[in-house]
Amino acid sequence: MLLITCPNCGPRDETEFHYGGQAHVAYPENPSELNDAEWAKYLFYRENTKGLFAERWVHTAGCRKWFNALRDTVTYEFKSVYTGAAPAAPAGTASATSTNGGQQ
Amino acid sequence: MAETIAELTVPAGASALRRSPAAQLAEAFEAASAATAAAGAQRAVAVREIPFLVQLGLRAVPGSQGAAAVEAALGAPLPTGHAGTTAGGGFTVLWIGPDEFLAVGDESPENFTSDRGPAEAARVASALGEAGARTPGGVVDLSANRTTFELTGPGARLVLEKGVSFDLHPRAFAVGQAIVTSLDHVPVLVWKTGEDAFRVLPRASFADHVGRWLIDAMREFAAPEVP
Repeated sequence: MLLITCPNCGPRDETEFHYGGQAHVAYPENPSELNDAEWAKYLFYRENTKGLFAERWVHTAGCRKWFNALRDTVTYEFKSVYTGAAPAAPAGTASATSTNGGQQ
Repeated sequence: MAETIAELTVPAGASALRRSPAAQLAEAFEAASAATAAAGAQRAVAVREIPFLVQLGLRAVPGSQGAAAVEAALGAPLPTGHAGTTAGGGFTVLWIGPDEFLAVGDESPENFTSDRGPAEAARVASALGEAGARTPGGVVDLSANRTTFELTGPGARLVLEKGVSFDLHPRAFAVGQAIVTSLDHVPVLVWKTGEDAFRVLPRASFADHVGRWLIDAMREFAAPEVP
């Protein structure tokens, strides 16, 4: 059982949360100009990082708010949690999430 | 069925036709409570349903104009953070989320009339202004959304600890605090109203299940403690 620290509610059991996939996937600026392949890439293509990964979580059984977390996919350790309004992942982690064959 | 309803104790002011979500468990609650008391005072726990408490769902961003309007109409400040509660104006306001709160009415008789919830919701909501020029925020009558179970006695925390993963020890959960969590996978509010008193607020559709779960969890305390 993971103990996940919700930015609003503090440490709670993993069972109170739901996973929301990769964080910081920006909505395309001009969605209507994308072709099918680009749109599919936006919708379905995600990193499969081994190591630090920025991801979305929601505290379903608590405050019902979404937040971002930086988790090590090898050890499952949560390095940090932050809300969407806060600046993105701490410096240096952005490259860490895309070192493993990113789409770009 | 009519005879069963008539036998139940209805709070003063409440219509005799109203039926609370766990009314059918009243006798079982009494029997379970008495059984734990008979087994000794160390782990005794009493459970009862407090039906028909007025509940208002409040949405407002703290510090905003809407929050100030709600606070003024309610007569209580909004809690500032996780597990916080505030009291005033006949309500206790529970922190649900950063911009979501639940105001629970006290047990005074006028709070048990069936039109109390809608009336209070309309009164507090009117403080947000007229439709079309409304300050951001929301007030909804949620009185029928959740029912309230009250567990009292030295064994109350032991019973809840079987199903709540949150640390309910006094060092982590003080009197007056309330949290949103799960009890045996059921979403509930757990509210500590006294040293040995907890309120559990499940949604009405879960009331029967949670009530029976509590009775089951209390059975252990109706027997002498196994060393």
